Amino acid sequence: MGRQLSEAIVDGILAGGVYALMAVGLTLIFGVLDIINIAQGVLVVLAAYLSYVLSVHLHIDLFLGLFITVPAMFVIGVAIHWAFIRPLRGRERTSMSLLASYAVALIIEGVLYTIFGSNYTSLHASYVTGAVKVFGFYLSYIYILGFALAVLLVLALYYTLYRTQFGRSIRATMQDRTAARLIGIDVNRVAGLTFGIGVAVTAAGGMVFGATGGGFNPNTGYDLISRLLAIIILGGLGSIAGALVAAVFMITLEGVVDVLWSPSWSVVVFYGALVLMLVVRPQGLFGRRAARAQ
Amino acid sequence: MRTLRLAGIGVTLAVLVVFPLVVTDALYAEFGVLTLLFVTWAVAWNLFSGYSGYISLGHAVFFGTGAYAVGLLTEHLHLTGGQIFWLLPLGGLAGAAVAVPFGLIALRVRRHTFVVITIAVFFIFQLMAYNFSFTGGNSGLSTPAFFWSPATYNNPFYYAALILVVGTVTLSWLVRGSRFGLQLLAIRDDEDRARGLGVRAMRVKLSAFVISAAITGIVGALWWFLIGQALPNTVFNPAFDLSIALMAFLGGFGTLAGPILGGLILEPLQQWVTITFTNGYLGEILLGALFLLVILFLPRGIIPTVRERLTAWSAWRERRGPQAEPAGVAGADRGAAAGPVVTGPETGTRSTPSAGSPR
Repeated sequence: MGRQLSEAIVDGILAGGVYALMAVGLTLIFGVLDIINIAQGVLVVLAAYLSYVLSVHLHIDLFLGLFITVPAMFVIGVAIHWAFIRPLRGRERTSMSLLASYAVALIIEGVLYTIFGSNYTSLHASYVTGAVKVFGFYLSYIYILGFALAVLLVLALYYTLYRTQFGRSIRATMQDRTAARLIGIDVNRVAGLTFGIGVAVTAAGGMVFGATGGGFNPNTGYDLISRLLAIIILGGLGSIAGALVAAVFMITLEGVVDVLWSPSWSVVVFYGALVLMLVVRPQGLFGRRAARAQ
Repeated sequence: MRTLRLAGIGVTLAVLVVFPLVVTDALYAEFGVLTLLFVTWAVAWNLFSGYSGYISLGHAVFFGTGAYAVGLLTEHLHLTGGQIFWLLPLGGLAGAAVAVPFGLIALRVRRHTFVVITIAVFFIFQLMAYNFSFTGGNSGLSTPAFFWSPATYNNPFYYAALILVVGTVTLSWLVRGSRFGLQLLAIRDDEDRARGLGVRAMRVKLSAFVISAAITGIVGALWWFLIGQALPNTVFNPAFDLSIALMAFLGGFGTLAGPILGGLILEPLQQWVTITFTNGYLGEILLGALFLLVILFLPRGIIPTVRERLTAWSAWRERRGPQAEPAGVAGADRGAAAGPVVTGPETGTRSTPSAGSPR
């Protein structure tokens, strides 16, 4: 039991890194645009399918394939923002954008079903099945590589946000849209690019998820988005550090409950933790009070 | 304008009453019942979400709870025949009982967070339905047929659903005009200001939430009688949450007639898509595309847009000269003033965050 538990914790931390990557994109989009992109989950699945097509039909390595899928997802993100999010105006903008992204998710899901059917797929490579022995238990290479990739990308995001001019304009837009516009930031451009970046990270997230998870089909997007939403709310909407901590915490918690209690209840505990958290601290772990204001 | 509205209500009611007498084909009769059920649900959803501005994407929780509660009762008590309709209020009671703790937690947060909490609670309920043994797990509940004679098969359902629709719409209309309804609208416009003016926000929101949930529970119970099977993913169905919201947005979010119109358009359309296209996913794509079209080109819904056009048209006629009959103009003005839409001025996208309530 003890060994299973420590294994679950290590697995949870490693898998949590991947969830963190997907959640960071979501929370970044929220911070800048003040909308929640419900399509994020199904976009992860779309990215996983892209990796699948590249590796099976074109025999491109999963990690090398990222050089194709990341730009592709970026373009898709920018296009979704341009076509469906940008035109929204007025009082109901936030709720409208939520519904619009939900509709986008439905369409993508339907298209994926039509192309790939409802069978479960997973990504394969030599390092997916291979494992290395660490501290007495086996860790699959893909978990380690995926975690490393997640750490790398999150660091790159942090660097972009805090050390570049563009990152400064993103953060300015996050703080105050109107003021940012007043000092000459092209807010619409920043919003579009941020949406693109937020979606582009799903390419990496989707690839690792497709290789590590128990397989995916077009419907997996719902499961993913509800987890990701729980994570970013728990971490505090718009907080990147919060998303990281919450992702690792939640996924580890789920793994531990798996071992200690039963796999069928671990997901309930997952959402239960979110609900409990909000009773105690409605703005999330790292959230600002403003996240609650009307 | 007023007579026009009364005539509209009269004609709609007459068509709805006559429908099962004219359409005897079992399939289309069932479409009729389902349409009425979803119209009821959309009106109930709008009574909370439309009036208060808190968008709930977890209303299938109450639908499923109602279906399961009544389903378990009929199964254990071996009830059949017409007597089961007396159980419908219990479905509503079950929905309301769930809504109280759900609302007490979820209504503490606003906007996005509220939406996400409703989604999370929805998934908790779906998973519970899958995991508990008394709900039948994966295989759910199914009933031996309730022994309806085929000739009258849809009649009890249809008229039960019709009574439910009329009752719910009346309730929604009464709420809309009441002090309670005005408090809800005030919360929708600016919750902090409403609280400042003495609206007990939590109490008001929770009451609307529970009323809406109770009606949804009854709808779920009636649905169970009609379909005779409840699976975790068919009664706790995320697609329901979305189509209900779409109905309200299509017709006019927060208006009285909007969700009725939206439901009458959308539910038959969905049924038609289901039987027409064998590829079930095409329906999903169409639903999504329709949703996007509505949001992009008709963001305020059919009813507010049409009403705006009508007002603009009568104003134009007024400007043309005094020879236009004055009765029509006055009537239109009165209609516009007494119209159920309270459209505030198009203010900026957000008010100052510093107005956040210290709680």
